[in-house]
Amino acid sequence: MNHNDIIICRCEDITLGEIREQIAQGKHTLEEIKRACRSGMGPCQGRTCAPLIVNEIAKATGKPVAQIPLPTFRPSTSPIKMASLLGGDKHD
Amino acid sequence: MITTEILVIGAGPAGLMAAIHAAEAGAKVLLVERADRLGGQLIKQTHKFFGSKAEFAGERGMDIAEKLINQSSDISGITIWKNAVVLGIYPDGVVTISYEGAFCTARPKKIIIATGASEKTMAFPNNDLPGIYGAGAVQTLMNVHGVIPAKRILMIGAGNIGVIVAYQLLQAGVKVAGIVEAAPQVGGYRVHAAKLQRHGVPIYTSHSIQSAHGDSCLEGVTISKLDEQWQPIDGSEQYIAVDGLCLAVGLSPLTELLWQAGCEMKFAAELGGYVPLRDANMKTSHENIYVAGDVSGVEEASAAMVEGKLAGLYVASVLGHKKDSFTKEFQTAKSQLSALRSGPASVKICTGLSKVVLEEVG
Repeated sequence: MNHNDIIICRCEDITLGEIREQIAQGKHTLEEIKRACRSGMGPCQGRTCAPLIVNEIAKATGKPVAQIPLPTFRPSTSPIKMASLLGGDKHD
Repeated sequence: MITTEILVIGAGPAGLMAAIHAAEAGAKVLLVERADRLGGQLIKQTHKFFGSKAEFAGERGMDIAEKLINQSSDISGITIWKNAVVLGIYPDGVVTISYEGAFCTARPKKIIIATGASEKTMAFPNNDLPGIYGAGAVQTLMNVHGVIPAKRILMIGAGNIGVIVAYQLLQAGVKVAGIVEAAPQVGGYRVHAAKLQRHGVPIYTSHSIQSAHGDSCLEGVTISKLDEQWQPIDGSEQYIAVDGLCLAVGLSPLTELLWQAGCEMKFAAELGGYVPLRDANMKTSHENIYVAGDVSGVEEASAAMVEGKLAGLYVASVLGHKKDSFTKEFQTAKSQLSALRSGPASVKICTGLSKVVLEEVG
């Protein structure tokens, strides 16, 4: 099996090859890569793939992991059903 | 809108202790837990803990969990919500929660975040084959549901989790084909590693996984030896036939709520990744947000419990619920924490903490 076929983002089925391609195009932050290919935008919200992608960026750019910015964290932390929101706040 | 004095997020060892100690001091606590049961990872720990009597040394993690869960249910000041996911923390102090499928809002005076950590994974060919698990999943299957994860398993990582879970696998009747560790030495407690060696489990130090193999599920794994620069040595590959692979390669703190709330964060590899800056009372850079346990740096459950106690006692005192014994209890807990971190195994943790714990104020 080719290393490029390794699954990096399980939720969105993004491979190592696709991530490396984005980095080669000059996208050196998680934010840019996620906007281009949806890595980290599935149910787990990047909890699994973010550290792996950061390592790839670090390897390609020679920057330490600590200097690679994480994407912005916004609510909600987890998917929520429309039905829950439609009911409004239970306690209002 | 729910009003409560203290919202504790996460009911693992840190969150349970925080809720118990804050409520015992007289505070009203809402304890929310994402899972359908309390106790976090403690409920899967069938081994006995180290430390001193005060941190339940000599007791099994699952028994400690039971004690803490019973204690938290007996205190009237604690409201417990299971199946409750905190979705967001907003600048006006409102917290949104999905509780049993319903959308709720809360406005607590103070928040203690004890969300714990999630498992790291590795990139290698076929890492998505059925039969490849994180160590947490293996423990959930075996120790919570009584299901063996595989017949013959290879463990990646010889830290505490790797050696402990490998031993639990042996106890469950699973063959452990070996433990693979990239570092030149075992990182986990000697006593656990020695037990495995007595059972004839080989420990491959300075080795790493190269690839998993299999058609529709895992059939084997190739490992190879690493040189001094941690690069695989050509020709050193060996194939190990297994139907299970367990990854115990570290944890990352689950910090998204802290980021959302705007807490100042810092990268400390020794603590598992980004963690919040905080003072010795577990207060973050946010006036109303405190932390305890793995979310503030990955450590042992014993340390998480003591941090939870410190945060619970302190936050209650800030809200005017100061027990007469506060100073004594608080100082005792602080010395327990220093004692837990005094061993040679804690050097790394202490290096990490020195980067993120701010000088004690007042």
